[in-house]
Amino acid sequence: MTKITNDIEVIISSALENLDLIQALTDCITHYMSFDEDSAHWIGMSVRESVTNAIQHGNKLDLGKKVNIRFELRADKLSISVRDQGNGFKAEDVPNPLDAENLLKPNGRGIFYIRTFMDEVEFRPLSQGGMEVYMVKKVSSNQGDLL
Amino acid sequence: MKIVKRTVGDIQVLDCSGKITLGEGTMAVRNTIMDILKDGGKKIIVNLADVNYIDSSGIGELVRTYITVSSSGGQLKLLSLTKKIQELLQITKLLTVFQVYDSESAALASFS
Repeated sequence: MTKITNDIEVIISSALENLDLIQALTDCITHYMSFDEDSAHWIGMSVRESVTNAIQHGNKLDLGKKVNIRFELRADKLSISVRDQGNGFKAEDVPNPLDAENLLKPNGRGIFYIRTFMDEVEFRPLSQGGMEVYMVKKVSSNQGDLL
Repeated sequence: MKIVKRTVGDIQVLDCSGKITLGEGTMAVRNTIMDILKDGGKKIIVNLADVNYIDSSGIGELVRTYITVSSSGGQLKLLSLTKKIQELLQITKLLTVFQVYDSESAALASFS
Protein backbone atom coordinates (compact mmCIF):
# COMPACT_ATOMS: atom_id res chain seq x y z
CA MET A 1 0.00 0.00 0.00
CA THR A 2 1.48 3.31 -1.11
CA LYS A 3 1.33 6.09 1.46
CA ILE A 4 0.29 9.36 -0.10
CA THR A 5 -0.50 12.55 1.74
CA ASN A 6 -2.06 15.24 -0.33
CA ASP A 7 -3.84 18.49 0.33
CA ILE A 8 -5.95 20.13 -2.36
CA GLU A 9 -7.39 23.60 -1.90
CA VAL A 10 -9.78 25.42 -4.20
CA ILE A 11 -11.23 28.92 -3.88
CA ILE A 12 -14.36 29.76 -5.85
CA SER A 13 -16.60 32.77 -6.20
CA SER A 14 -20.13 32.46 -4.82
CA ALA A 15 -21.82 31.32 -8.02
CA LEU A 16 -24.02 28.23 -8.10
CA GLU A 17 -22.52 27.44 -11.52
CA ASN A 18 -19.37 26.37 -9.64
CA LEU A 19 -21.19 23.49 -7.93
CA ASP A 20 -20.68 21.09 -10.84
CA LEU A 21 -16.98 21.95 -10.88
CA ILE A 22 -16.56 21.13 -7.18
CA GLN A 23 -18.69 18.01 -7.61
CA ALA A 24 -16.41 16.82 -10.43
CA LEU A 25 -13.29 17.51 -8.37
CA THR A 26 -14.76 15.62 -5.40
CA ASP A 27 -15.63 12.67 -7.64
CA CYS A 28 -12.04 12.61 -8.92
CA ILE A 29 -10.66 12.61 -5.38
CA THR A 30 -12.97 9.85 -4.09
CA HIS A 31 -12.18 7.76 -7.19
CA TYR A 32 -8.47 8.34 -6.61
CA MET A 33 -8.85 7.22 -3.00
CA SER A 34 -10.79 4.13 -4.14
CA PHE A 35 -13.91 4.81 -2.12
CA ASP A 36 -16.69 2.45 -3.10
CA GLU A 37 -19.39 3.79 -5.41
CA ASP A 38 -21.95 4.45 -2.66
CA SER A 39 -19.49 6.21 -0.34
CA ALA A 40 -18.18 8.31 -3.23
CA HIS A 41 -21.71 9.34 -4.13
CA TRP A 42 -22.59 10.39 -0.58
CA ILE A 43 -19.28 12.24 -0.08
CA GLY A 44 -19.94 14.11 -3.32
CA MET A 45 -23.43 14.99 -2.20
CA SER A 46 -22.21 16.15 1.23
CA VAL A 47 -19.63 18.43 -0.35
CA ARG A 48 -22.21 19.76 -2.82
CA GLU A 49 -24.66 20.48 0.00
CA SER A 50 -21.99 22.24 2.05
CA VAL A 51 -20.83 24.40 -0.85
CA THR A 52 -24.45 25.15 -1.80
CA ASN A 53 -25.10 26.36 1.74
CA ALA A 54 -21.89 28.40 1.75
CA ILE A 55 -22.77 30.12 -1.54
CA GLN A 56 -26.48 30.55 -0.97
CA HIS A 57 -26.97 31.03 2.77
CA GLY A 58 -23.47 32.02 3.90
CA ASN A 59 -22.27 34.36 1.18
CA LYS A 60 -25.80 35.07 -0.07
CA LEU A 61 -24.75 34.70 -3.73
CA ASP A 62 -22.39 37.69 -3.41
CA LEU A 63 -19.88 37.08 -6.22
CA GLY A 64 -17.33 39.18 -4.34
CA LYS A 65 -17.29 36.67 -1.49
CA LYS A 66 -15.34 33.45 -1.77
CA VAL A 67 -15.85 29.86 -0.72
CA ASN A 68 -12.73 27.94 0.24
CA ILE A 69 -12.81 24.16 -0.14
CA ARG A 70 -9.92 22.12 1.21
CA PHE A 71 -9.49 18.36 0.83
CA GLU A 72 -7.00 16.51 3.03
CA LEU A 73 -6.25 13.07 1.63
CA ARG A 74 -4.81 10.68 4.18
CA ALA A 75 -4.30 6.93 4.32
CA ASP A 76 -7.20 6.39 6.67
CA LYS A 77 -9.59 9.23 5.86
CA LEU A 78 -10.66 12.09 3.65
CA SER A 79 -11.21 15.37 5.51
CA ILE A 80 -13.00 18.25 3.83
CA SER A 81 -13.34 21.83 4.98
CA VAL A 82 -15.79 24.28 3.39
CA ARG A 83 -15.44 27.90 4.52
CA ASP A 84 -17.60 30.86 3.62
CA GLN A 85 -17.44 34.59 4.37
CA GLY A 86 -20.98 35.00 5.64
CA ASN A 87 -22.45 35.83 9.03
CA GLY A 88 -22.37 32.26 10.34
CA PHE A 89 -25.13 30.31 12.03
CA LYS A 90 -25.68 28.05 15.01
CA ALA A 91 -25.95 24.46 13.85
CA GLU A 92 -28.11 23.65 16.87
CA ASP A 93 -30.67 26.20 15.68
CA VAL A 94 -31.23 24.39 12.37
CA PRO A 95 -34.69 22.75 12.54
CA ASN A 96 -34.84 18.95 12.50
CA PRO A 97 -36.39 17.97 9.13
CA LEU A 98 -37.76 14.79 10.71
CA ASP A 99 -40.02 16.69 13.10
CA ALA A 100 -43.66 16.46 12.06
CA GLU A 101 -43.97 20.23 11.57
CA ASN A 102 -40.97 20.25 9.21
CA LEU A 103 -41.65 17.09 7.24
CA LEU A 104 -43.37 18.86 4.35
CA LYS A 105 -41.08 21.88 4.21
CA PRO A 106 -39.27 22.14 0.88
CA ASN A 107 -36.02 23.26 2.52
CA GLY A 108 -33.84 22.26 5.42
CA ARG A 109 -32.57 18.76 4.62
CA GLY A 110 -29.03 19.53 3.41
CA ILE A 111 -27.33 19.56 6.81
CA PHE A 112 -29.26 16.47 7.87
CA TYR A 113 -27.95 14.59 4.82
CA ILE A 114 -24.37 15.75 5.51
CA ARG A 115 -24.60 14.52 9.10
CA THR A 116 -26.05 11.22 7.93
CA PHE A 117 -23.50 10.39 5.26
CA MET A 118 -20.24 11.62 6.76
CA ASP A 119 -18.47 10.00 9.73
CA GLU A 120 -17.67 13.27 11.47
CA VAL A 121 -19.20 16.71 10.95
CA GLU A 122 -18.44 19.94 12.78
CA PHE A 123 -19.78 23.43 12.21
CA ARG A 124 -17.24 26.01 13.34
CA PRO A 125 -17.57 29.79 13.39
CA LEU A 126 -14.39 31.38 12.08
CA SER A 127 -12.57 34.06 14.08
CA GLN A 128 -12.32 36.29 11.00
CA GLY A 129 -16.04 35.87 10.33
CA GLY A 130 -17.80 33.24 8.29
CA MET A 131 -18.43 29.58 8.93
CA GLU A 132 -16.55 26.36 8.39
CA VAL A 133 -18.10 22.98 7.79
CA TYR A 134 -15.51 20.32 8.59
CA MET A 135 -16.34 16.76 7.66
CA VAL A 136 -14.53 13.45 7.59
CA LYS A 137 -15.11 10.18 5.78
CA LYS A 138 -13.02 7.25 6.93
CA VAL A 139 -11.44 4.88 4.45
CA SER A 140 -12.68 1.40 5.25
CA SER A 141 -10.37 -1.59 5.30
CA ASN A 142 -11.22 -2.80 1.79
CA GLN A 143 -10.51 0.58 0.22
CA GLY A 144 -7.62 2.91 -0.26
CA ASP A 145 -5.31 0.86 -2.49
CA LEU A 146 -3.49 4.03 -3.49
CA LEU A 147 -3.16 5.42 0.00
CA MET B 1 -32.00 17.57 -16.65
CA LYS B 2 -34.62 16.60 -19.21
CA ILE B 3 -38.34 16.03 -18.77
CA VAL B 4 -40.42 14.28 -21.43
CA LYS B 5 -44.16 14.62 -20.88
CA ARG B 6 -46.50 11.83 -21.97
CA THR B 7 -50.27 11.62 -21.64
CA VAL B 8 -51.97 8.34 -20.79
CA GLY B 9 -55.72 8.97 -20.71
CA ASP B 10 -56.12 11.87 -18.30
CA ILE B 11 -52.83 11.13 -16.55
CA GLN B 12 -49.61 13.06 -17.21
CA VAL B 13 -46.45 10.99 -16.99
CA LEU B 14 -43.19 12.92 -16.64
CA ASP B 15 -40.13 10.92 -17.66
CA CYS B 16 -37.27 12.71 -15.91
CA SER B 17 -33.63 12.08 -16.71
CA GLY B 18 -30.31 13.53 -15.63
CA LYS B 19 -29.78 15.62 -12.50
CA ILE B 20 -32.39 17.29 -10.31
CA THR B 21 -30.25 19.82 -8.47
CA LEU B 22 -30.62 23.40 -7.30
CA GLY B 23 -31.23 25.72 -10.23
CA GLU B 24 -31.96 24.40 -13.68
CA GLY B 25 -33.11 20.96 -12.52
CA THR B 26 -35.46 22.10 -9.78
CA MET B 27 -36.89 24.88 -11.97
CA ALA B 28 -37.57 22.41 -14.80
CA VAL B 29 -39.63 20.23 -12.43
CA ARG B 30 -41.47 23.22 -10.96
CA ASN B 31 -42.30 24.80 -14.33
CA THR B 32 -43.48 21.54 -15.87
CA ILE B 33 -45.80 20.82 -12.96
CA MET B 34 -47.15 24.40 -13.01
CA ASP B 35 -47.87 24.11 -16.75
CA ILE B 36 -49.82 20.89 -16.18
CA LEU B 37 -51.87 22.48 -13.40
CA LYS B 38 -52.56 25.56 -15.56
CA ASP B 39 -53.87 23.26 -18.30
CA GLY B 40 -56.20 21.60 -15.80
CA GLY B 41 -54.17 18.42 -15.24
CA LYS B 42 -54.83 16.78 -11.89
CA LYS B 43 -53.17 13.37 -12.15
CA ILE B 44 -49.41 13.34 -12.39
CA ILE B 45 -46.81 10.58 -12.29
CA VAL B 46 -43.15 11.58 -11.93
CA ASN B 47 -40.94 8.84 -13.34
CA LEU B 48 -37.49 9.06 -11.71
CA ALA B 49 -35.96 5.90 -13.20
CA ASP B 50 -33.33 7.80 -15.20
CA VAL B 51 -32.51 10.47 -12.62
CA ASN B 52 -28.87 9.74 -11.86
CA TYR B 53 -28.39 12.48 -9.28
CA ILE B 54 -30.54 14.49 -6.91
CA ASP B 55 -29.58 16.87 -4.11
CA SER B 56 -31.54 18.13 -1.11
CA SER B 57 -33.00 20.92 -3.26
CA GLY B 58 -34.25 18.30 -5.72
CA ILE B 59 -35.84 16.33 -2.90
CA GLY B 60 -37.32 19.60 -1.61
CA GLU B 61 -38.71 20.35 -5.08
CA LEU B 62 -40.50 17.00 -5.10
CA VAL B 63 -42.04 17.94 -1.74
CA ARG B 64 -42.98 21.40 -3.01
CA THR B 65 -44.66 20.05 -6.13
CA TYR B 66 -46.45 17.37 -4.12
CA ILE B 67 -47.95 20.07 -1.88
CA THR B 68 -48.78 22.34 -4.84
CA VAL B 69 -50.56 19.55 -6.72
CA SER B 70 -52.38 18.28 -3.61
CA SER B 71 -53.56 21.76 -2.66
CA SER B 72 -54.89 22.18 -6.21
CA GLY B 73 -57.03 19.10 -5.76
CA GLY B 74 -54.74 16.86 -7.77
CA GLN B 75 -52.56 13.84 -7.08
CA LEU B 76 -48.83 13.42 -7.67
CA LYS B 77 -47.23 9.98 -7.46
CA LEU B 78 -43.65 8.82 -7.88
CA LEU B 79 -42.53 6.01 -10.17
CA SER B 80 -39.35 3.92 -10.26
CA LEU B 81 -37.17 5.44 -7.58
CA THR B 82 -33.47 4.74 -7.92
CA LYS B 83 -31.82 3.13 -4.91
CA LYS B 84 -30.26 6.44 -3.88
CA ILE B 85 -33.43 8.49 -4.21
CA GLN B 86 -35.27 5.86 -2.21
CA GLU B 87 -32.62 6.11 0.52
CA LEU B 88 -32.81 9.91 0.60
CA LEU B 89 -36.61 9.79 0.91
CA GLN B 90 -36.50 7.04 3.50
CA ILE B 91 -34.08 8.67 5.93
CA THR B 92 -36.08 11.90 5.85
CA LYS B 93 -39.36 10.01 6.41
CA LEU B 94 -40.69 11.17 3.05
CA LEU B 95 -41.55 7.65 1.91
CA THR B 96 -44.46 7.99 4.33
CA VAL B 97 -45.62 11.07 2.40
CA PHE B 98 -45.36 10.05 -1.25
CA GLN B 99 -47.20 7.27 -2.99
CA VAL B 100 -44.44 5.33 -4.75
CA TYR B 101 -44.76 2.65 -7.43
CA ASP B 102 -42.27 0.29 -9.04
CA SER B 103 -44.22 -0.23 -12.25
CA GLU B 104 -45.96 2.25 -14.52
CA SER B 105 -49.01 0.01 -14.89
CA ALA B 106 -49.47 -0.04 -11.11
CA ALA B 107 -49.02 3.74 -10.91
CA LEU B 108 -51.57 4.32 -13.68
CA ALA B 109 -54.04 1.87 -12.12
CA SER B 110 -53.77 3.63 -8.76
CA PHE B 111 -55.70 6.61 -10.16
CA SER B 112 -58.75 4.56 -11.11
